[in-house]
Amino acid sequence: MNEERIAELLGELPPAPGAWVRAASELPRARREIGRLVSLAEADGAFRDALLADTTAALRGAGLEPAPRAVAQLRERLRQH
Amino acid sequence: MSIAPTDAELVARCRTGDDDAWELLVERFSRYVHAILTRAFSLPSHTAEDAFQEVFTRAYEHLDRLRDDAAIRPWLAQLTRRIAIDALRAAAREHTIDVAEVERIDAGAEERIERVEQAVAVRAALAELPDHCSEVLDRFFARDESYATIGAALDVPQGTIASRISRCLGKLREKFEHEGRSPAPTASGGR
Repeated sequence: MNEERIAELLGELPPAPGAWVRAASELPRARREIGRLVSLAEADGAFRDALLADTTAALRGAGLEPAPRAVAQLRERLRQH
Repeated sequence: MSIAPTDAELVARCRTGDDDAWELLVERFSRYVHAILTRAFSLPSHTAEDAFQEVFTRAYEHLDRLRDDAAIRPWLAQLTRRIAIDALRAAAREHTIDVAEVERIDAGAEERIERVEQAVAVRAALAELPDHCSEVLDRFFARDESYATIGAALDVPQGTIASRISRCLGKLREKFEHEGRSPAPTASGGR
């Protein structure tokens, strides 16, 4: 394999966007935090309404990347309760 | 210097609920999953982002289905391919892509995945080079950074970047050829 080919192959694996990697890395913690927020919401209607009104801020407040998937997951779980 | 855990060690640690191990696993395979989605299956960015999260979500949920912990890479490859194909078919149903285009992408995916596997083998050789070489090659070829950006980041005069790249590329070729590396197997390690 010549150097030109090796250089081309190095270009085949650019880094994934940082936000994607962060969101995937946070998956275990995100699940725990979402579970905790849902438990709190079950016990406090006002807290639940505030969560639904601004889910993105709630996730940020929990130290999580407010990725679309995490926002959708939290909203879905809140609606189920 | 700490020794990086093997793939099998990493998977075993993830199963125990070790968040740091999971983070390392995502970091280790993020380029690979991203390349299959965007290069082998040509998914547009917003679709690829969703598919990327789906791959790691399913991997996290089904890690216990992996028969051989060392086979995490081919298992992830298979998972990524399934999710990419599902995403393409969903796009065709929603008429955001032609069915003929989906078939064309699907037909050529195998060959492009093979190219990604070759790139993985080159990166494995890259990881064994001294840091000053692996970093400059990664920045220039994979991150597409300019001489000026690399020079500023590494505190090296711009004029020496080109010669360092050339020298390091030669070392990488030697390492790759002398060790007779070949792409990793792509068979499924799951069940």
